[in-house]
Amino acid sequence: MASGVKPRVKVPKTAAAGDVVTIKTLISHKMESGQRKDDDGNIIPRSIINRFTCDFNGKNVIDVTMEPAISTNPYFEFEAIVPEAGDFKFTWYDDDGSVYEESKTIKIG
Amino acid sequence: MKLTRRHALVMGAGAALANCITLPAFASLGDDAIAAFTGGAEVGDTGITLTAPAIAENGNTVPVSVDAPGAAEIMVLAMGNPTPAVGTFKFGELAGSQAASTRIRLAGTQDVVAIAKMADGTFVKASSNVKVTIGGCGG
Repeated sequence: MASGVKPRVKVPKTAAAGDVVTIKTLISHKMESGQRKDDDGNIIPRSIINRFTCDFNGKNVIDVTMEPAISTNPYFEFEAIVPEAGDFKFTWYDDDGSVYEESKTIKIG
Repeated sequence: MKLTRRHALVMGAGAALANCITLPAFASLGDDAIAAFTGGAEVGDTGITLTAPAIAENGNTVPVSVDAPGAAEIMVLAMGNPTPAVGTFKFGELAGSQAASTRIRLAGTQDVVAIAKMADGTFVKASSNVKVTIGGCGG
């Protein structure tokens, strides 16, 4: 597992049923591209997060396939429909097999 | 040869160039990636918006956003990168809109291309030229 990985997600606390809400996510990760070289000229091996998904109450919102061209500390902004109260679940999949998860509850109000 | 300050500067510039030298020949790689995604189908050019800056000072983090109402998937490509693929957004049933923003790396001045696969199986494409002042090629 890459060190210092910390997911951060911004979701409104409440929404009206059927509303479209904007979600912003960021996860701190160095996203080593596999193109860079260290001081001795050796290639630093690739180590990135290769997939990000967001689900709401088990239904998919977005599924992103990520390549090394995604910047350090991958950031995504997208919109989701909130049909009822429930939980957003965010999952990031690392090259090394680690899975980082975060969830946010949203209320109807 | 005596290493003067001027020589050192020239060599430094050369070394920086050498790190990026593997880039230009890869335009066809991007075309291959497009062909693999579309399966050779005809690609239209309306119904998709790609927003990218005209000039990016730092190629390591270039904000881009794509918007294609009615799309099932949107693939983003940086045609001049060593690996052209940037990422693919697949929209699920609770997606509020077929739009997303992220930040990408660009190795140098080049075209960024977004291709959307619509729900009815057709493809549309948008591209935008981005001038990069400092490349994100990892030199």
